[in-house]
Amino acid sequence: MSTKKNKTYTEEELFDRKVRRRTIRSFLIFFLLFFLAFQAWKWIDNAPKDKKASKPLRTVMDLNARIFARGYKNPSLAKEFSKSTAARKVRVNGNIGLKSTYDTTDYKVKLVRYSPYTPKLSDTLYIPVSELMLLPKTEVVFSFKCIEGWSQVSWWGGVRFLDVAKKYHLATIDGSEPDPENHPEKLCKFAGLKTPDGQYYVGIDMPSMLHPQTILSFEVNGNPLPENQGAPIRLIIPVKYGIKHLKRIGTIFFSQTPPPDYWADRGYDYFSGL
Amino acid sequence: MIWSGTLIYWANSVYKITMGADVLFRFYPPSVYKTLNIPHRLAEGMSYHFVFMWLFCINGLLYVAYLLFSGEWRLILPAKRSFREAFLVVLYDLRIRKQKPSHVKYNGAQRIAYTAVILMGFLALVSGLVIYKPVEFTGLTTILGGYENARLIHFILTILFMLFFLVHVIQVIFAGWNNFRAMVTGWEVVKADEPIEPKNEHEEK
Repeated sequence: MSTKKNKTYTEEELFDRKVRRRTIRSFLIFFLLFFLAFQAWKWIDNAPKDKKASKPLRTVMDLNARIFARGYKNPSLAKEFSKSTAARKVRVNGNIGLKSTYDTTDYKVKLVRYSPYTPKLSDTLYIPVSELMLLPKTEVVFSFKCIEGWSQVSWWGGVRFLDVAKKYHLATIDGSEPDPENHPEKLCKFAGLKTPDGQYYVGIDMPSMLHPQTILSFEVNGNPLPENQGAPIRLIIPVKYGIKHLKRIGTIFFSQTPPPDYWADRGYDYFSGL
Repeated sequence: MIWSGTLIYWANSVYKITMGADVLFRFYPPSVYKTLNIPHRLAEGMSYHFVFMWLFCINGLLYVAYLLFSGEWRLILPAKRSFREAFLVVLYDLRIRKQKPSHVKYNGAQRIAYTAVILMGFLALVSGLVIYKPVEFTGLTTILGGYENARLIHFILTILFMLFFLVHVIQVIFAGWNNFRAMVTGWEVVKADEPIEPKNEHEEK
């Protein structure tokens, strides 16, 4: 090293050295950032799972749900179409929860009011579909969207879930009549739905469940629901992907914590809102 | 983003060019899916997509903000002569024309390509938002011609991004070491006796 000190460099050599030094420094930073990015990806990929999704990803998914959460006042509506544009042949995507037999003559939906403890007997109602049909009929023609990417305009008829909840005093913490506009604080945070055999189940945030376009549907294209569309009564919730539109409703219950959800358990976003 | 998007596109193989009942071209043939191990990973693809969207969105906004405030947008936005120049660049790259067109930092073809890719990024963001929350962004959905149309736009952009990436990498390889080093370090070594940066008239204010 001592000999080097005495050596004098030409201007060109000095310049070359400077170029080399700065190049090496820049590339070191470049590779370091590259390496860090790769490590970050590895960390996400190998992180422990929360319901089949990597924990960091699940955290951000739930954060996204909070960012795009709906309110009770002036909720945005899914676009409605004219009945003539509705598909004649309505697409069928799944039959989980529909395999067992069911009561075709006097089907009853089990409605369970919220209770912080095990619900009392009086909190559990068995309401025949024929009785639900007495409520004002609501029809919705919207673009049904599957999480897999397809969409189809379809026409459904039924009763607004909000009307059902008002009539039977559901969805509130204290068993009073729900009033989303003026008393949202009295509402439970979630609704849970299950098929009669319990094979398929969904959890839905209350603003989406009480959304004016959310209906318990018993008609498609003006005809009674066929079995593969969830006869005799199913959920139609245009503000959610198809995975939330549970077919053949067995039970509806209410909760302050997210009820189990079939596809969320398999790595999908719990909220799955549109 | 492209990778997680591909995991999503698997779920619905509608992306092909058809004529009548005949499939002329499948963008993602089953063989591609198989080799890349893509099937049955929709949930994973979606979770990555909707987490990394924030990173890409913020990165894009910061880049555009930098271009605006540093004045560098002047070097990227195509000028009047860029289109003629871009044509000459293409001829030169295809070895049809011998003389290299002169330019400042970016040539005409680069200006057009880089401006286009920024616009593509913006359109990808907007069409992505429409696909993600069509009920929340009703107005935007209408502007883009509906949900299905937004999906088509998003898909076409995906293909264009992949093509851009391909051409970009090939060009970098051909451009050589000095250019690649400039991409990383931010500066370029120019020999004083062969100035390759003549002043373009339109650059002078």
